[in-house]
Amino acid sequence: MNIKKYFQLYSLFNYTSFAIEMEYKINILIDLITAIFGLIGSIFLLSIFFDNSNLIGGWSFEQALIIQGIYTILNGVTNTWFSPNLKEIVKYIREGTLDFVLIKPVDSQFWISFKRISPSGLIEIIIGLLVLIYCLVINEIDISFSLIILLSMTLLCSISILYSLWFLISTTTIWFVKTWNATEVLRSFLYVGRFPLSSFSFSLRLFFSTVIPITFITTIPSELILGIAPIWKIILELVVSYIFISMSRRFWKYALKFYSSASS
Amino acid sequence: MSKSFLYKINTLLKIQYSNMLEYRVEIALWAISGIIPFFMLNIWTNNGLNESINLSKIMLSRYFISAFFVRQFSVVWVVFTFEEDALLGKLSPYLIQPLHPFFRYFAQHIAEQLTRLPFALLIALIFFILNPESFWIPAVKTTIFAGLATFLSFLIQFLMQSVIATFCFWTEKASSIEKLLFIPTLFLSGLLAPVSSFPEFVKSWVYFTPFPYLINFPANLLSGNDPNIISGICMQLIWVIIFFCIFAKTWKSGTKKFTAMGL
Repeated sequence: MNIKKYFQLYSLFNYTSFAIEMEYKINILIDLITAIFGLIGSIFLLSIFFDNSNLIGGWSFEQALIIQGIYTILNGVTNTWFSPNLKEIVKYIREGTLDFVLIKPVDSQFWISFKRISPSGLIEIIIGLLVLIYCLVINEIDISFSLIILLSMTLLCSISILYSLWFLISTTTIWFVKTWNATEVLRSFLYVGRFPLSSFSFSLRLFFSTVIPITFITTIPSELILGIAPIWKIILELVVSYIFISMSRRFWKYALKFYSSASS
Repeated sequence: MSKSFLYKINTLLKIQYSNMLEYRVEIALWAISGIIPFFMLNIWTNNGLNESINLSKIMLSRYFISAFFVRQFSVVWVVFTFEEDALLGKLSPYLIQPLHPFFRYFAQHIAEQLTRLPFALLIALIFFILNPESFWIPAVKTTIFAGLATFLSFLIQFLMQSVIATFCFWTEKASSIEKLLFIPTLFLSGLLAPVSSFPEFVKSWVYFTPFPYLINFPANLLSGNDPNIISGICMQLIWVIIFFCIFAKTWKSGTKKFTAMGL
């Protein structure tokens, strides 16, 4: 395990995927427009909710906008790294090309998770950051050093949980071969992350904080910005993200035992 | 002529249905991924938002379960299959067959909907067990009209996506255009919020677009909110014709441009 080697490899990965993506320049533009419209759409939906009530689950419109910002950033991260790579897993397994990954002197999970990068997701991250900065201004939040540190820490935890969820589902491909739709299920559940958790009924809240911990992904960082996140929640998020990351690792190792290559 | 045509359709449907049965698990998962309307319903009722738009809780939950159903039977994915076929060169043999390739895709969709039906019913059953008070049986006439409206909604979306699919002849990656078009479909069709709850400045123009006729109109019909059936179906038919004409045109000029890829 040589970290320098992995860094070199990673920059090579980025170089080749950028080269591939640049073949489709118009696509990047279309993706940018899609990201902007997607954000406008969800703010529109949010405004419909707030047209009829001043508070949704105890959150005001300006506060709920923070969640939109966080969601957009995380969605950008998903579109940049997770979804282009994990879509490939299905192809690796169906066509048996996972063999070539496994025989390389590189960690297979690393290869599979970071091979591709899609630059259009990066634009979404920037848009999300802009929304977040706008929210900081309208909510009159003082940006302190500790807030930035804590926020990057919780966001990192959210990204780890998100990655693990994607990776766990993609790993099941080893048994079911075609799980393209399983990621669609995850996507539709993650959609809930656009709204404050407290706006749902108790049973759904329980579901979204235990089975699929969406609450940890968007609500806790937003609460942190508003200064209403108790310290135990932040520690809990650290613990949960650690559990998820190690689970994804173990599950991958376990699943590989069942990999029997494609009919070759 | 018409007899052999019916025979072709019948065979296509049979093949595609057995093909789809292979992927039952896939389709079940896809059915589950359509449950977003229920999450939205939860936000609406849990925050008492339905009172201000004059819809009772029961009517709103009926609206959202109907929206779920309409969505289940109007999901279209032709652009993704077509893009793959065009990129891998599978399209070429289809083009020389004496049958328009889109009949094949159309049959795939119908077969997929048949496979999906039991899963959708199961999800609906679970919904009604959790919310027994919103259970209702729509009248026969309503069901027939709602079925027709759902089919027309499917047809609009199928033709709309087919138009985008033909862009494959020019750009190779048409699915990103589809993702762009999916955004207004998601937010304006009434899947996440009934169109009647939209602010006035949107309501004034949204009915001139095809989107409210995709989910909102059939779902209102099915849930018994009594929309204007005749004008709704007329609007759907108009959009079917418009998109069919565009499709015929782009297909004609697209196939002329086609350079068999992957060969």
